[in-house]
Amino acid sequence: MSGLKARKTIRLTLSYLVLAVLAITAVYPALWVVLGSFRPGKSLYSKTLIPEHFTLDHYKELFTSDTILFGQWYLNTLKIAVFSMLIGVLLTLLTSYAVSRFRFRGRQTALSTILILGMFPGFMSMIAIYLLLKEFHLLDTHLALIIVYAAGAPLGGTFIAKGFLDTIPRTLDEAAKIDGASNFKIFTRIILPLSKPMLTYIALTQFVGPWVDFIFARLVLRTKENWTLAVGLYDMVSTNQNTNFTVFSAGAVLIAIPITVLFMFLQRLLVDGLTSGASKG
Amino acid sequence: MDRHRNKATILSILSMGLGQIYNRQFIKGILYLLVEAVGIFYFSSRLGRALWGMATLGETARHKVNGKFVNGDHSIYLLVQSLITLIILLIFILIYVMNIRDARRTAAEREQGVKPNSFAQSVRYILDYKFAQAFLALPAAGILFFTVMPIIFMILLAFTNYSSPDHIPPAKLVDWVGFDTFRNLVSLKSWSHTFFGVLIWTIIWAVLSTATTYFGGLLVALLINQQGIKFKGFWRTILIIPYAIPQLISLLVMRNMFNGQFGPINQYLGYFGLDGLPWLTDPFWAKVTVIVVNMWVGIPVSMILIMGVLTTIPRDMYEAAEVDGATGFQKFRIVTLPMILFSTAPTLIMQFAGNINNFNAIFLLTNGNPVVGDYQYAGATDLLVTWLYKLTLDQNKYNMASAVGIIIFLIIAAFSIYNYRRTKSFKEEDMIQ
Repeated sequence: MSGLKARKTIRLTLSYLVLAVLAITAVYPALWVVLGSFRPGKSLYSKTLIPEHFTLDHYKELFTSDTILFGQWYLNTLKIAVFSMLIGVLLTLLTSYAVSRFRFRGRQTALSTILILGMFPGFMSMIAIYLLLKEFHLLDTHLALIIVYAAGAPLGGTFIAKGFLDTIPRTLDEAAKIDGASNFKIFTRIILPLSKPMLTYIALTQFVGPWVDFIFARLVLRTKENWTLAVGLYDMVSTNQNTNFTVFSAGAVLIAIPITVLFMFLQRLLVDGLTSGASKG
Repeated sequence: MDRHRNKATILSILSMGLGQIYNRQFIKGILYLLVEAVGIFYFSSRLGRALWGMATLGETARHKVNGKFVNGDHSIYLLVQSLITLIILLIFILIYVMNIRDARRTAAEREQGVKPNSFAQSVRYILDYKFAQAFLALPAAGILFFTVMPIIFMILLAFTNYSSPDHIPPAKLVDWVGFDTFRNLVSLKSWSHTFFGVLIWTIIWAVLSTATTYFGGLLVALLINQQGIKFKGFWRTILIIPYAIPQLISLLVMRNMFNGQFGPINQYLGYFGLDGLPWLTDPFWAKVTVIVVNMWVGIPVSMILIMGVLTTIPRDMYEAAEVDGATGFQKFRIVTLPMILFSTAPTLIMQFAGNINNFNAIFLLTNGNPVVGDYQYAGATDLLVTWLYKLTLDQNKYNMASAVGIIIFLIIAAFSIYNYRRTKSFKEEDMIQ
């Protein structure tokens, strides 16, 4: 019996050890940039992980420098992310509600189309969108990004949203219909309140997308004042990777914080969103 | 007997709305007439040019007249404009057909003595019975112009010779070349060598990165879920952190950490008396690096997923196994593993497809580098997608890029459709309701 107990202790100790190593690996890069952003000087190299003294200079530089318009970029990004989130969620909701609740001709076709269109590499269409925006004189505007992000939203979110809406019993709709509610009323009074978790999930993904997208934003936004955070940060890395690492870290920390906080805060929901994707496909 | 029906049909063929007016549906008729007027106005100036542009892609390039440059036809703008006009034409025809069918149906009802709907009634009818279609109109328009149109455009590009240095408008014209681009891609030595090299690495990458993150996640999930492990919530929260940090940030940070000269990884190796490794600059080690970093990014997702599945495995299955005298490992092999594989299979396939297209992991970390000498504009870690990106934005080889894009699409589509068809939500959809 004691042999069994000893084996259990060994197994648990080993497990804790592995978990501890994994935890350190998981946290280390984050810790490294955060500490790096407080380190005096500019270089990537440092003797110790924890700097000898801390400084806020790099954060100050982000907001006062002439070449890094961090405050401006932050506002731009916030604007684009919020608007494309609102419109994108609305469009996704319309699409998924229609395909989940109604049986109409061409419904299966609509579903397969959404699925297939989602499989094209996104930037394969970049050049065409670029030319299209040029046609409408929308280049270098935030409106262009908002429209494109929002228009793409139903492709990504419809299946998840549909999977969720399918689980809301149809008897609820029918009961309301018998009481004389119109389709529109059923949507606003029954479906919307019940789909809050799903709405949060889609809203979050729609918000994060524009926040971190640099490929398309870089193509559309030409003047520095109009850039988003991601474009600015990528520019910092690609132009002076080793020369100004600490400022980059400060920027990275400020960009990551809102997203990371949101994710940790809404962990439960994200887990549900992910796992519902697993069982329903 | 069918007087009304034929008259209404012929009238609505002559012009949208006439049939409706004949049926005494005045507001609807006028609306249709307006659409017709706008359509005629729009197409009279554009349709001819669109068809000509589509067929020829322009006939005169920019040329000199009396020592000054005169703008000719810009093939690519012409292509986009023609495409937009044709798509609008398609919508117009669709409305036209709707108009004819509507007029005919209403007239047929009149013959039966049914009074045609008033405008308010028509609106009501749409809201009650055509709700889904009305609801879908807005997203569909967005998708049509920002996804479908661009995709058609890119597919068309693959059949042109739009590429630098010889066929870049406005100085030069672009022509249709049929399947030449595809032929060059697989048979021209310089291109095919790169294409197959990149394709093979893409597949190796997709297999390895999916397998490592999946089984890594499984391992971690099992580790945390063991009996006797305390603070499960704490471990989970800590290990989820990589998932919560935006990839843009974490990958750029990793790029710095693996920096061969100044990065901390080599620095720490130095403490143990080891020489640093050329993490991002040696072809082999760069491949190792991207896979290892991808594990860091991807394991948390699999972990969450599998932990979710673990909670759904019924306890009595384990109890039954215990009664039969199964050891811990046997329980895992016979109960846990099949259950997990079964319910995560669709996600696994989608992850595999996603990894083929995993632009961020490569582009942000290595940029596809280190460069390989005898490749056409590709590096050792370039995937098909990142190669496509370079071909488009850096090299302006648009036709080649489109051809590569179509091939990527075919690969991904095969997996996704297979996957979609076998998932429950496709097969049993209407059984739930």
